[in-house]
Amino acid sequence: MAATTLAKGITTGLRAAMEKDPKVVLMGEDIGKLGGVFRVTEGLQKDFGEDRVIDTPLAEAGILGTAIGMALRGYRPVVEIQFDGFVYPAFDHIVSQVAKLRARSLGYVAMPLVIRIPFGGGIGAVEHHSESNEAYFAHTAGLRVVAVSNPHDAHWMIQQAIASDDPVVFYEPKRRYWDKGEVGDGPDGALGTARVLREGTDVSLLAYGPMVKTCLQAAEAAQEEGRSLEVVDLRSLSPLDGEAVLASVRRTGRAVVVHEASTFLGLGAEIAAMVTEEAFHHLEAPVLRVGGYNVPYPPSRIEEEFLPDLDRVLDAVDRSLAY
Amino acid sequence: MPVRHTQRCVRDVPRSGPVTPGPEKECPVSDSDVAPLETAYGVQHHVTRADAPGRPAHEGGPEMVQLLTPEGERVPHAELDAIVDALSDEALRGLYRDLVLVRRFDTEATALQRQGELGLWASLLGQEAAQVGSGRAMRRQDYAFPTYREHGVAWCRGVDPVNLLGMFRGVNHGGWDPNEKNFHLYTIIIGAQTLHATGYAMGVQRDGDVGTGDERRDTAVIAYFGDGATSQGDVSEALVFAGVNNSPVVFFCQNNQWAISEPNEKQSRAPLWHRARGFGFPGIRVDGNDVLAVYAVTQQALDAARSGQGPTFVEAFTYRMGAHTTSDDPTKYRVSAEVEVWKHRDPIERYKRWLLTTQRADASFFEAVEAEADELGTSVRERCLAMPDPDGSSMFDHVYADPHPVMAREKAAFEAYHASFEEVR
Ligand SMILES: Cc1ncc(C[n+]2csc(CCOP(=O)(O)OP(=O)(O)O)c2C)c(N)n1
Ligand SMILES: [Mg+2]
Repeated sequence: MAATTLAKGITTGLRAAMEKDPKVVLMGEDIGKLGGVFRVTEGLQKDFGEDRVIDTPLAEAGILGTAIGMALRGYRPVVEIQFDGFVYPAFDHIVSQVAKLRARSLGYVAMPLVIRIPFGGGIGAVEHHSESNEAYFAHTAGLRVVAVSNPHDAHWMIQQAIASDDPVVFYEPKRRYWDKGEVGDGPDGALGTARVLREGTDVSLLAYGPMVKTCLQAAEAAQEEGRSLEVVDLRSLSPLDGEAVLASVRRTGRAVVVHEASTFLGLGAEIAAMVTEEAFHHLEAPVLRVGGYNVPYPPSRIEEEFLPDLDRVLDAVDRSLAY
Repeated sequence: MPVRHTQRCVRDVPRSGPVTPGPEKECPVSDSDVAPLETAYGVQHHVTRADAPGRPAHEGGPEMVQLLTPEGERVPHAELDAIVDALSDEALRGLYRDLVLVRRFDTEATALQRQGELGLWASLLGQEAAQVGSGRAMRRQDYAFPTYREHGVAWCRGVDPVNLLGMFRGVNHGGWDPNEKNFHLYTIIIGAQTLHATGYAMGVQRDGDVGTGDERRDTAVIAYFGDGATSQGDVSEALVFAGVNNSPVVFFCQNNQWAISEPNEKQSRAPLWHRARGFGFPGIRVDGNDVLAVYAVTQQALDAARSGQGPTFVEAFTYRMGAHTTSDDPTKYRVSAEVEVWKHRDPIERYKRWLLTTQRADASFFEAVEAEADELGTSVRERCLAMPDPDGSSMFDHVYADPHPVMAREKAAFEAYHASFEEVR
């Protein structure tokens, strides 16, 4: 397949899923004629009609609550939350209902929902438009949480998420929406698996979503300095692909976790704990975290100072190697 | 134009005390509110009901209070004329000045965005009368809770317009002291501020600042929100809380017909102002492009709130003439013919015509306002460009009231990191 953007990778993935299964419906604000504010659903209402691509009233709690009902009726709703910061009105439904219905019904009820959330910063937006709130959902048992980093995974993982009988919170790195890449012929492993995108021997960089590209750039820069960094795209945040993470860390002996989200109780904290518990004797240095500071997402003029960048990643690599 | 229905509704819903269920009087619904057979969505299919919302989006209907037609003709109104008549010619000219200056400020901000000086701008173009009319109906002690588009209300509250640019420029998230002008920070989360307004009004009640008869004490709160916002649970909950508490709050909904790409029919099957009834207080629809009508209706509602008669829902029927924000492309979802219809209802043109024909203002006045608008534009531009970027380390300030170890540690690490970087350079 030809090169396409990450956004269009999702569009084509949605289209394929809708063609395959008439029970797949899309719900969200402005996803119809407008095609969503990021145009991810562009053209889909025209082709699949208003019954399947639903411009909902402006109410996230309503969207999630009715998506649950649609799922109970046998549909597979794919919900679009317009921006990360607007998911909170729906939080109750996601955490109290979506996540728990299978367990409460002893397995009789499936919740094959996908909740798409464009996330992260770096686009110069006003507040509530740049958040990374994945840890809230990863903390909630019953939800699967994934984050894509490239057009190929975007195209295939959205289809895997839709096919899953578990609810999936699907994070899309909005600042990478326009990045281009090849989409291959099939998915790289099952939903829930990580991927090593670049092999290396000195330090493992563990990242997901928008920070994968940053880590790949850091690895490139480090190579010029004679350092070999491995880059693991976690892809799934819940469950974490423990095997892949531990295998990488056992090889390199060093790990740096990179995410935009604030570090306190973030994915990095969980990974550091897991690596310490499972691979302690392989470690040459403590697991380090590079993330957003523990403050409200700042105004856009200083967001670059909040967000991890190549320099901050390499700074952590230096600190790791100094042990 | 007769407006009897609305007036009767306003009076018939019991105002005092907690709303008691009682024999309800009819609040007549006109024919134009009953959906015609064709759907508003065009194609009929099995999900959309055949009798789905039907009023052509740009017709306010006969219940809409209007004191000035789009042609600038004054429509007499038994109840509201007194409010307008009480305005001096100077005050009437003042409303015009507000409308023009607010539009000029908004135009300048849009230009600043195009030139890269703002990251985003949410224009109020077309909604000037709704905002100026309601804003000027407030008293000093009243309190406004805005969305992100209430630049005209901010103006009337005396907020320096340059303050409004900060969050759009990306140098802060608001940053003004809401209590200085009783104008809360802009709220982007749709609908949230309606609950905040209601809670503030509940505080006003507990302070005894309602129904004392003291003009400088009795306080009303006004919550601004859009047509799309009415779908949010928060807004319904605000109506519930305000209703059961009989709180001094006016729900001022600017129905500009669009919520980004979704027309009002996607949000509500019934006219928005009808909603109030179910919550036990009056609702009224006013021509949002008619500054006199908005002023009069809002003043009546604020007076009712201040005197202890509880909330009112005001639907200002208006139109978003521009894009949702500078990031939006409305050609994707709406036809230019609709915009053309609304161009003829411009709030400034009709008011200017009326001021001229009634000889309340002459050419020299209009010239002076134009000149003042240009000055405002220039000063806004200069002061916007002069807004400094914040220091990166300021992100750790104001997160907590008391010293916090994480803030202290991270701020120190942040500064050390950046300092080390500079040395290397
Ligand atoms: C909770 C939440 N969901 C979604 C959004 C994105 N959003 C911003 S403005 C808007 C439409 C608002 O429409 P309306 O209430 O009619 O106000 P208008 O913009 O027309 O003034 C949407 C969906 C948001 N800001 N907050
Ligand atoms: Mg609107």
